[in-house]
Amino acid sequence: MQVKNSGILKKYIPLAVFSLAIFLLPVYISNYEMKTLIFVGINAIVAMGLCLLMGYAGQISIGHAAFYGIGAYASAIITTTYGLSVWIGFLAAILLSGLVALLIGMPSLRLKGHYLAMATLGFGEIMYVFFVEMDQLTGGTEGILSIPPLSIGKFAFTTSKQIYYVVWIIAILLLIVALNVIHSRVGRALRAVHGSEIAAQAMGVNTSKYKIQIFVLSAVYAGIAGSLYAHFVNFINPSPFTLNFSIILVIIVVVGGMSSIWGALVGSFVMTLLPEYLRVFQEYNLIIYALILMSVMIFMPSGLVPGFFNLVNQFKQKEGIWRFLESKN
Amino acid sequence: MALLRIEKLTKAYGGLVAVDSVDFKIYEGQIKALIGPNGAGKTTIFNLITGMEKPDDGETFFNEQGITGLKPHQIARLGISRTFQNIQLFGEMTVLENVMVGRHPRTKAEFFASAFRLPPVGREEKAIAEDSFELAKFIGIVSKAQTLAKNLSHGERRLLEIARALATEPEIILLDEPAAGLNDRETGELGELIYRIRDKGITVFLVEHNMGLVMEISDEVVVLDHGKKIAEGPPLLIQEDEQVIEAYLGKEIEHA
Repeated sequence: MQVKNSGILKKYIPLAVFSLAIFLLPVYISNYEMKTLIFVGINAIVAMGLCLLMGYAGQISIGHAAFYGIGAYASAIITTTYGLSVWIGFLAAILLSGLVALLIGMPSLRLKGHYLAMATLGFGEIMYVFFVEMDQLTGGTEGILSIPPLSIGKFAFTTSKQIYYVVWIIAILLLIVALNVIHSRVGRALRAVHGSEIAAQAMGVNTSKYKIQIFVLSAVYAGIAGSLYAHFVNFINPSPFTLNFSIILVIIVVVGGMSSIWGALVGSFVMTLLPEYLRVFQEYNLIIYALILMSVMIFMPSGLVPGFFNLVNQFKQKEGIWRFLESKN
Repeated sequence: MALLRIEKLTKAYGGLVAVDSVDFKIYEGQIKALIGPNGAGKTTIFNLITGMEKPDDGETFFNEQGITGLKPHQIARLGISRTFQNIQLFGEMTVLENVMVGRHPRTKAEFFASAFRLPPVGREEKAIAEDSFELAKFIGIVSKAQTLAKNLSHGERRLLEIARALATEPEIILLDEPAAGLNDRETGELGELIYRIRDKGITVFLVEHNMGLVMEISDEVVVLDHGKKIAEGPPLLIQEDEQVIEAYLGKEIEHA
């Protein structure tokens, strides 16, 4: 049986190269740059989850900042108000964000069309109000202070380098999980739903079940990122968990290219680093985001990662024709 | 015992009765065709059988089990598969991957096991790829296995739809105008393929406009006009049937 297994290689070589680069990077960069890369990693985790939802289930969430917030607050409240271990907080972040996603996804994903976008838009706003107004629980606009850092036993992850490795190891593990899902029976079913929902059903795919599952998974990614964020900055208030951030997340996925999980990673680097290096124009941040989005949509409508591979393919084809002509002469 | 039996199946869209109290049976191992002029309700019958639309009245039995009201994915699991008149491939997936989706109802790996790639998942994946590869070979599109479905020719797309439907291991396959847009050579090959599918023990039920093909390969033909069944029987009798001729050609003018 000569079934080509090129898929497996395609899957693991970039993963190995990427992991190595991430592992070695701290040797060459400053403390400040490392802090920025921690944020890239946290954003990448949320974006990967959203990418699974957008690129592979064909659904949009405009409230992912809320799941990020749920993860952050769950972690913060468990570890400060209740004084429990950070890992219980981490677990709570996962369970709570997943559970809430299940409750929102069940009614809205059984319907055809983009009802999830509507539902999550509303949900995002409600959660923001919740974070601000439920001050006994969330500390209101003041937020929650002195959240403990992640730790194993007596060892706490406090320096930038330590946090960098924790965040990126988790990000890479979640990247592997995402790749596993994509290259599986479930992932194929989801891509099939994206291609033709009725044909997927005719092939025995329970479309609403898989859409709900992938939505829950994407919310869990956001919850994990939220928890990491809370334990990294040690202080949270409602301001990062707004509609604005939800939209930036969608832009990250679209700019990177939602048909590839790598797009979410590249998008996170571009959209987190560019504004950082263009600090001088800080007040024009939104304009910069818009410009990036517009240029990508015009020149690489499928996003940076798929766009790059299209270019490579075109180049290869041209080269092929060239060789063909040469051999004729 | 009939493999598939529909009884008094009725579906109306507003005032238009698309399918009007139709019944017929399909026996195991048959090649049965459903014909009729455009708008006679043929595709609607396919949609009713496969659960894509709900009938207003009537019932469908598969192996004498009532399947009316089941969801499409449940019906697919039971062993009824179909192709689509307006081709519904997964365009951004390769030919092999399209067929692999068809293995869905006969395989198990769920979300959690897939996410952590537990050992049985790897084995199952290998089996899925191999089975799909065999099917691509059977249907004759194996040379295009790694091509994206959207880049196939029209004839290849029709074949891929059939391969994908066969991957679900159906007892009966419903082919919706499989010869539409095919040239004579391709149509001839399609006829051969339908025989080979039947020889695998799969019952074939097709909607088709190409009368040459229908009359050549079918064991029995059902004729539909304005949602009503007007004739049923072996091809030779159907060709002679006055009502059928009338439906297709109109009434003969009475000569004085």
